[in-house]
Amino acid sequence: MDLYEYQAKDLFAAHGVPVLPGDVATNPADAKAIAAKFGQAVVVKAQVKTGGRGKAGGVKLASTPEETEEKATAILGLDIKGHIVHRVLVTPASDIAEEYYFSFLLDRANRTFLAMASVEGGMDIEEVAATKPEALAKIAIDAIKGVDVAKATEIADAANFPAEVKDQVVDTIVKLWETFVSEDATLVEVNPLVRDPQGKIVALDGKVTLDENADFRHPAHAELVDKAAENPLEAKAKEKGLNYVKLDGEVGIIGNGAGLVMSTLDVVAYAGEQYGVKPANFLDIGGGASAEVMANGLDVILGDEAVRSVFVNVFGGITACDAVANGIVKALEILGDSATKPLVVRLDGNNVEEGRAILAEANHPLVTVVDTMDNAAAKAAELAAAGV
Amino acid sequence: MAIFLNENSKVIVQGMTGAEGTKHTKRMLASGTNIVGGVNPRKAGEKVDFDGTVLPVFGTVKEAMEATGANVTVIFVPPAFSKAAVVEAIDAEIELAVVITEGIPVHDTAYFWAHAVATGHKTRIIGPNCPGIISPGKSNAGIIPANIAGSGKIGLVSKSGTLTYQMMHELRDFGFSTAIGIGGDPIIGTTHIDALEAFEADEETVAIVMIGEIGGDAEERAAAYIKENVTKPVVGYVAGFTAPEGKTMGHAGAIVSGSAGTAQAKKEALEAAGVKVGKTPSETADLMREIMQGL
Repeated sequence: MDLYEYQAKDLFAAHGVPVLPGDVATNPADAKAIAAKFGQAVVVKAQVKTGGRGKAGGVKLASTPEETEEKATAILGLDIKGHIVHRVLVTPASDIAEEYYFSFLLDRANRTFLAMASVEGGMDIEEVAATKPEALAKIAIDAIKGVDVAKATEIADAANFPAEVKDQVVDTIVKLWETFVSEDATLVEVNPLVRDPQGKIVALDGKVTLDENADFRHPAHAELVDKAAENPLEAKAKEKGLNYVKLDGEVGIIGNGAGLVMSTLDVVAYAGEQYGVKPANFLDIGGGASAEVMANGLDVILGDEAVRSVFVNVFGGITACDAVANGIVKALEILGDSATKPLVVRLDGNNVEEGRAILAEANHPLVTVVDTMDNAAAKAAELAAAGV
Repeated sequence: MAIFLNENSKVIVQGMTGAEGTKHTKRMLASGTNIVGGVNPRKAGEKVDFDGTVLPVFGTVKEAMEATGANVTVIFVPPAFSKAAVVEAIDAEIELAVVITEGIPVHDTAYFWAHAVATGHKTRIIGPNCPGIISPGKSNAGIIPANIAGSGKIGLVSKSGTLTYQMMHELRDFGFSTAIGIGGDPIIGTTHIDALEAFEADEETVAIVMIGEIGGDAEERAAAYIKENVTKPVVGYVAGFTAPEGKTMGHAGAIVSGSAGTAQAKKEALEAAGVKVGKTPSETADLMREIMQGL
């Protein structure tokens, strides 16, 4: 889960990383009040989970509360790369002497963590990496030993941090590592990390990605979920424990196993090219496709008004196809009249003959059984096109 | 032959007495796996009856190995306890640890991987979040259904469980030397490259199917490895061509970030290494079929 800047900085503050004070506003009047409280020039910053805010007009300086209100009015509601701005962070404007870059992240290739640091911060770090790779220090971190003062010093030296701020930088690196580990983050990024004219180090921006697999040991992380920003169908699916991602097409997809469902999306996209239709979602119902799980899945997918047909693609591995077929029949019973879209079902694997026989006997008017994944995708695409 | 797992493998199950462990111990036994015991410190000394096969429960992996000569462990313990279970397996120096558990925090996986590195890689780790490994007719360590395909000469390595099953099903008329699901997490113990290296060295395997998916650059690295080191024919498939950027597709590791991790980039890298890549599972199976018929 990606956090907003203000949430990331709250975590930083909780672990002793120096940040500026700030408050979040969801409307211009609140932004004005926050600026009045600070009684000085402020920066109004769009809170969106994407980069490039500055270029998109999402970060503005304001010298008075009135101006803060104006800037907040301009920023709230902006569309930044498909992310609508619903809140702004209002924080005291600070003078900047130098901008640096720092992050801890997961290094998949080396199966460990990586520290990245540069004294050339403030801009797109990918650009620094591409144009001046020697300016970006990359230091592997041993996941058991972690980052102590010695390791942090090694990182700060590798990145050539100036001597006058080195102690502060080392201290900040150690605290960022504490944040990274104790919050189960997969990314902690500060860009820019700044030195102000008084020589003080401050994390001016923050980006944190948390590992949802670790939610069981972080009950407080549940409060960081922005329920309002979630797609309502995704929120509903999450409540029912389903792994669902909304996409922008017309063919609803249900399958078992992440890889098979991803593959199903591809096969439907290819088959849909000639009809001008695409997959409407990703939905993995996992190993045990019980009637209830199937009904919940169908319920979520049929709640998507864009859906014109549904493709149920199940390979019976551990789950037997007859159980899946029974699940589909019962799910349609549970849903009753609310199920109105045609269903194309492809079953294969364990007890496939029994499964197909159950669907044949039920002979539900909405259900078409097709024997291969490719043919079923073509049928589902055809039905979606016919239903538009 | 086969890779990593064969008819001589003696298997123990960590978490054998839990719901998943019990279910899959029965299935592994039914498919002929030589399971010699389980591990659960709270039930040490007990015996458990699995449809007529009575298995002892040991307090630790080390005790189980000493008593039974086990060289493989299959781990079904819940995510919160997986780190300790894998570290224990590594400390006992068991040859192979197959970590089935889904949902292990990546800091925990990074920790036990670092522990494996620090102690000299005495234990091969497969997974986590994987379906395990099957050498059909010889042994089955994990949750791959044993009845999809029999033994044969194709080696299969895949990030995805159900795509492993789908591909075994598509090519069931040829059969497999070993099929291994390496898992879809950001950090995994055994990689595509490890499996490719082992299949290349395995006399029984004549051709290899490699299944990848979006996220990371493991497929690109595997492509570079194939170009330099693999002489056997390799057919590839990558799932997720139409996955949008920034959306995690089920597996924690399956996410396209910016220009990195796209299926197209992986396909191009594999093709540049001489690997034939199918657009769909069925097309991939057809490519392998042609190769097998030509051998």
